[in-house]
Amino acid sequence: MSVMTSNSAEPRDTEAIVTGRRPSRLASGRVAQRPVRRTRRTSPRRTRTSITLMIVMSLMLLYSLGPLFWLVVNATKSKSDLYTTPGLWFGPTFSLFTNIADTFAYDDGVFLRWFLNTVLYVVVGAGGATLLATLAGYGLAKYRFPGRKAVFAIILGALAIPGSVLAVPQFLLFSKLGLTNTPAAVIIPSLVSAFGLYLVWVYAAEAIPDELIEAARLDGAGELRIFFSISLRQLAPAFITVLMFAVVATWNNYFLPLIMLSSPEWYPLTVGLSQWASASASIGTAPIPQLVITGSLLTVLPISAAFLYLQRYWQSGLAAGSVK
Amino acid sequence: MSMAMTGLRRSRRSWAGWWFVGPFMLVFTLVLIAPLLYAIYLSLFRDSLIGGTHFVGFENYALAIVDPKFWDATGRVVLFLVVQVPIMLILALVAALALDSARLRFVPFYRLSIFLPYAVPGVVAVMIWGYMYGDQFGLVADLNRWLGDVVPSPLSATFILPAIGNIVTWEFVGYNMLIFFSALQAVPQEQYEAAEIDGAGALRTVFSIKLPAIRGAIVVATIFSIIGSFQLFNEPAVLQKIAPNSISSYFTPNMYAFNLSFAGSQFNYAAAIAIISGVITMIIAFVAQSMGSKEQK
Repeated sequence: MSVMTSNSAEPRDTEAIVTGRRPSRLASGRVAQRPVRRTRRTSPRRTRTSITLMIVMSLMLLYSLGPLFWLVVNATKSKSDLYTTPGLWFGPTFSLFTNIADTFAYDDGVFLRWFLNTVLYVVVGAGGATLLATLAGYGLAKYRFPGRKAVFAIILGALAIPGSVLAVPQFLLFSKLGLTNTPAAVIIPSLVSAFGLYLVWVYAAEAIPDELIEAARLDGAGELRIFFSISLRQLAPAFITVLMFAVVATWNNYFLPLIMLSSPEWYPLTVGLSQWASASASIGTAPIPQLVITGSLLTVLPISAAFLYLQRYWQSGLAAGSVK
Repeated sequence: MSMAMTGLRRSRRSWAGWWFVGPFMLVFTLVLIAPLLYAIYLSLFRDSLIGGTHFVGFENYALAIVDPKFWDATGRVVLFLVVQVPIMLILALVAALALDSARLRFVPFYRLSIFLPYAVPGVVAVMIWGYMYGDQFGLVADLNRWLGDVVPSPLSATFILPAIGNIVTWEFVGYNMLIFFSALQAVPQEQYEAAEIDGAGALRTVFSIKLPAIRGAIVVATIFSIIGSFQLFNEPAVLQKIAPNSISSYFTPNMYAFNLSFAGSQFNYAAAIAIISGVITMIIAFVAQSMGSKEQK
């Protein structure tokens, strides 16, 4: 975790790596070329804005943001307004803060517990996944070692296996190890990010010149020291991209915790909320749709904020990885 | 892949690489390889009340390939992927081309807004859409109040599959758009200049330069979408709670395997179902990939 914070605390450094420095032929070709291309394309043509494209994209925008707008609007409604006022506009009473207070108070504050569980799974699971993927991607890109080809074949082969095949045996194995219904059952499977490994591997091969590593070796630096003090900086955009996607995957995970956990005290937000929702739908229990809606909004907000805040970094990392 | 290999020229061959790859491989073995082997092992046994667990060879597989519930589920995800995946990818492609066209203002705003649903947890996405589909305080209810019951319920058995398709499209169209957009941004400027000199129009440029240039990204997105369709679980599983009559326990292969295991304790049979479904997925993904790369030649 200290690695992550030290990276994100130095935005200028990472930015310099993306745009200013030219780590290698390919990376500089792709990354540094873009600003050049953009100025060329924007100057004479920008005036010709296409109305058709604008309409098409506005419809897409409406489709994408409409449901989120619905979520925000309905999180401000009292329970009775939910049933009596049109869905796409605010009701007569503004109950957002009451709803938030009620969400956190319901069932002895179990929502806060789910929230903290989710944070734990994200910090350890996604943080660990990013670190492991970065180490391994870098190792595959920059070292020759006995068994490298086998590692390669195993990872590629296993990637082709749909995750659902593994869910049930994962549960059975973990239950034999006595790990089910503990945080470890959710965290350990989250530690593998094959997409992350691939992205770092492609990125490292191009962004870190072998000369740089060679020079550090001549200076007497050890391999791990080289990684943490030199290579990791060069890998920052890829690292943040992998982290972002691992955070989203862990924050949004549903299937795995649903299988692994049986007691609500370890639920993440997704499993907890869906249980509230199904309790609302079944007969005999008091429906709590306003809490499900407000809870959903509270689940969406942190992850969206993180995504928007870090967008510069993950977009450049994704660009480098997606062109292969 | 060949690009990554060139980086190796100067590195020494030693065990040092294992310091980096080792931790990943350790977890990978525990989380992926061991369960996979265990699934194969499980699928060859049967647990019966009399006699306990015993080896049955491929009997579970023989049962699975004549199981109408399994084929019902598989048929449904195939139908889903044949309809939903092309719609989603074409929408994503159109959006990416629009963003790349230089004829649109506020590109970053569009790009991030359309991508935003990807950050919404699948379960929350289903709950939002589920409420909107519903007849209590949803948009469908509003529409019917104004127009007089003209909109059929998306939660009815007839429309539940398109309703799920819409949710999945909403979640992933922005993600695929971003993949395509990133690939488009990497197309060398010289190619456009050459096309312009030849007098190619915007549409011509799209079809003869842009689309061929990002073929790789399109193939990858297609394969991931195919795998995603076969693994369909979250959306129907959560919707089932508000539309229990429209979604059976064997709505998708993944739901079937899940319900066999956790509602029926038939772990051995569930493992066989999961493996067959995985093999079908791999075959379809492989066919898609080889079709994609064949046309390239």
